[in-house]
Amino acid sequence: MPNIELNRIAMARSGDKGEGSNAGIMARSPEAYAFLKAELTEDLLKAHMRAINPGAVTRYAADNMLVLNFILHDSLGGGGSASLKTDAQGKTHGLAVLRMVMDVPQDVIDATPEPA
Amino acid sequence: MHSAHNSDFRNMGTKEKVLIANGQGFWGDSILGPIRLVNEGPLDYLTLDYLAEVTLSIMQKLRSRDPKKGYATDFVKLIDRVLPQLIEKDIKVIANAGGVNPHACKDALLEVAAKHGVKGLKIAIVEGDDILTDLDDLMAKGEGFQNMDTGAPLTDVRDTVSSANIYLGAFPIAEALDGGAQIVLTGRGTDPGLVLGPMIHEFGWTKEQFDLLAAGTIAGHMVECGAQCTGGNYTDWKRIPDMAMIGYPIIEATADGSFTITKHENTGGLIDVSTITHQLCYEMGDPENYLGPDCCADFTSVKIEQDGKDRVRVSGAVGSPPPETLKVSISYHEGWKAAGQLTICGPDALAKAKLCADIVWKRLAFDGAEYLEEERFEEYVGSGVCHEGIASGTDSDPAEVVLRMGVRGPDRKKVDRFGPELVPLVTSGPPGVTGFAGGRPKATEVIGFWPALLHHKHVSTKVEVFES
Repeated sequence: MPNIELNRIAMARSGDKGEGSNAGIMARSPEAYAFLKAELTEDLLKAHMRAINPGAVTRYAADNMLVLNFILHDSLGGGGSASLKTDAQGKTHGLAVLRMVMDVPQDVIDATPEPA
Repeated sequence: MHSAHNSDFRNMGTKEKVLIANGQGFWGDSILGPIRLVNEGPLDYLTLDYLAEVTLSIMQKLRSRDPKKGYATDFVKLIDRVLPQLIEKDIKVIANAGGVNPHACKDALLEVAAKHGVKGLKIAIVEGDDILTDLDDLMAKGEGFQNMDTGAPLTDVRDTVSSANIYLGAFPIAEALDGGAQIVLTGRGTDPGLVLGPMIHEFGWTKEQFDLLAAGTIAGHMVECGAQCTGGNYTDWKRIPDMAMIGYPIIEATADGSFTITKHENTGGLIDVSTITHQLCYEMGDPENYLGPDCCADFTSVKIEQDGKDRVRVSGAVGSPPPETLKVSISYHEGWKAAGQLTICGPDALAKAKLCADIVWKRLAFDGAEYLEEERFEEYVGSGVCHEGIASGTDSDPAEVVLRMGVRGPDRKKVDRFGPELVPLVTSGPPGVTGFAGGRPKATEVIGFWPALLHHKHVSTKVEVFES
């Protein structure tokens, strides 16, 4: 199975949510969604984002949109509006998730249109 | 003055398809979005969102210094530029620009109307969101306003509260439109309510039609950030044509709750299932339970499909009754912060930048200004700060990095001690330090955000209509 960045099979949008952020991960095909729903777990996300988010991670699924929605509960540098971080609103966290490298089956890749 | 409160009849619309646009995603969004929406195609309603979570706190401060301030002044500038076209095309405008002083905003708008020679312009004000002066009464009645994130009671910070506003729903907006208003001014309300309000007015939806209210809420959520659903902030950005001239979103709403999102012809950007889905994900929590004051909307219920070029149709929305409580946005004083930056060029840019930060902390400590670990902040922009621990630029020596550093804490004087030690690095640090501009960093107030809940029995709204 090829090691690829998630950007090949998914898209993302993120933003602030209280003391943390949410990152919606949209699969680029139903096949990619089935793979991500099975493999892209809260634990995996938490490990990948550990330097940004020391807090818990919660995952929700929206099958109709091919979306997995991750809540990163403590990802904005602490202290809410007292944060001095450049990305104090989590605008870049979606793209951070898309940089994760996973072993993706070749048939999932073949069934998924390439990014522009 | 005419009060539209408790109006018995509904002055409903008769159109099959109602065009509702959003031209402002936040205070600071481009004025070109709403101007082009008004000028470059058909439109029935223009909605505009000016309020972020801490905006109302800033407005309270402005009003305390000047009774004529405390609202979104950008909105008045916009109306000055488009008023004749609004009248000519009979476009209604709904904006939360009233802030904490909607009457001052209305007065400024009446001056604009007079300047343009417009008579008979009806401006409605929706009030009831501002509960700052009612807080103690409500707390005496047993409302604890516990922080939704931490569970802490409001008594912890009561002395430093600077604003308190309920997120009102869409029905008072519909009531204002029923009363014939051309411009509806609100304070704090939900963002989707700005869009749901005209649907309730046009189609006569009731408070129990939860599927329809959910449809309008989802429509409002899709467009509430302006160009973020028409190709802005989109993963595959190379696909987006003419981003400079990006069009803002327009909902074609129908009485059965299904709707199509589109934009004016000859505008830039792109609307397809994926750009719309991007925006549905924004600020999303549990997609099955999007809670609001009018209903609970289920995002997983909708069918989202392409319906021609730059057209996406959304149908099948399912909703359920709203919770018994409404969300309240409270802000309070949370101390001070100061931050500044310098640019450090290579060779050895990162190593020199780290030395610079170390020098600043040592000099401050020498003068008795020591800060706790959580009060100190440093960041090396260019070495991978946004994607820390994931994508780093530190493998090779970057050509330059930006050192951003700062302090925070409860003591304003101590926070202000930081600024004067940043600039001297230009002459008393390593070579290649530059990029200093804008004076010494000064302490600015940190406004904390305290989300809480309030039982709906304590909520009463008022709608008043004024005429130029």
